[in-house]
Amino acid sequence: MKQAPTHYCPGCGHGIVHRLICEVLDEMNLKEKTVAVAPVGCSVLAYDYWDFDTTEAAHGRTPAVATGIKRVLPDRLVFTYQGDGDLAAIGTAEIIHSGNRGENISTIFVNNGVYGMTGGQMAPTTLIGQVSTTTPGSRRADRDGYPLKIMEMMAVLPGVVYLERTTVTSPKEVTKTKNAIKRSFEIQLAEEGFSMVEVLSPCPTYWGLDPSQSMRRIENEVVKAFPLGVIKGGDHGP
Amino acid sequence: MPEKTSHRSGIKLDKERCKGCMLCVEVCQRKVLEPAKGVNKKGMGYVVVAAAGKCSGCGLCVMMCPDCGIEIS
Ligand SMILES: Cc1ncc(C[n+]2csc(CCOP(=O)(O)OP(=O)(O)O)c2C)c(N)n1
Repeated sequence: MKQAPTHYCPGCGHGIVHRLICEVLDEMNLKEKTVAVAPVGCSVLAYDYWDFDTTEAAHGRTPAVATGIKRVLPDRLVFTYQGDGDLAAIGTAEIIHSGNRGENISTIFVNNGVYGMTGGQMAPTTLIGQVSTTTPGSRRADRDGYPLKIMEMMAVLPGVVYLERTTVTSPKEVTKTKNAIKRSFEIQLAEEGFSMVEVLSPCPTYWGLDPSQSMRRIENEVVKAFPLGVIKGGDHGP
Repeated sequence: MPEKTSHRSGIKLDKERCKGCMLCVEVCQRKVLEPAKGVNKKGMGYVVVAAAGKCSGCGLCVMMCPDCGIEIS
């Protein structure tokens, strides 16, 4: 991580995930050969915090940009970093087709259940009953549909080799997230295909909770809609 | 800026990086950290190392900090 303090709100999960990526790249000694693609969303400025090469893509298009980079520079470690609005709404096509092509890239998917950057609107991942600025009376399945489980959808694609859903609610879960990120990068280095880690992450500001309550909400509520664990590739990988 | 340094663990908390989210305070089993009275340069509440001598250097606070604000040497 660079020295610059981040612009994230107190207790935001992006900061934890940013740091874990840096720790993994340091431990694997990969910083000099990494290219990250940052999304549109709260983490749009990730390149201000990461001390390795990072570019920026149009909203939801990071997997397409990462595809191009990886195909031109196959010896680089290329990963996308995306929020749930970016990945599961406007970028649904890009992520699914990158997975389906078995593109040899990694995706770190930070799911906080809202559009954080634009003010807390409903995302496809917003839970039933959750209040957001566009569902002020709370999300209703009959009107707004159901929380979209991208990982479970992608598990059926042959090109996708590893999918794991983790969270950052405790040191134990933070360690699991770090291990999952590492595994995803190892799979890419072994040229096995597409892999993705979904991190259930708190947005205290737009959940209207304090940081501690936000972590408890993930443990008690969010994991019911988005179960943790390896979704694909349990026995896979180097 | 290191607030205080423990002889045992060398815990340092950068109050200018800190946003006072309190995740470190909550995770610390030994009550080493506590909220400060004032605010930092950004106007944010922050956390101080109140009992450095009690720190075992376990690093749980470092793992939970979203702001890379704590170092243990
Ligand atoms: C083409 C386009 N459409 C809409 C927007 C507005 N926009 C910016 S960020 C964002 C949502 C980001 O949410 P998410 O990916 O969940 O990330 P978060 O901010 O929560 O980390 C939207 C809709 C945009 N920048 N570009």
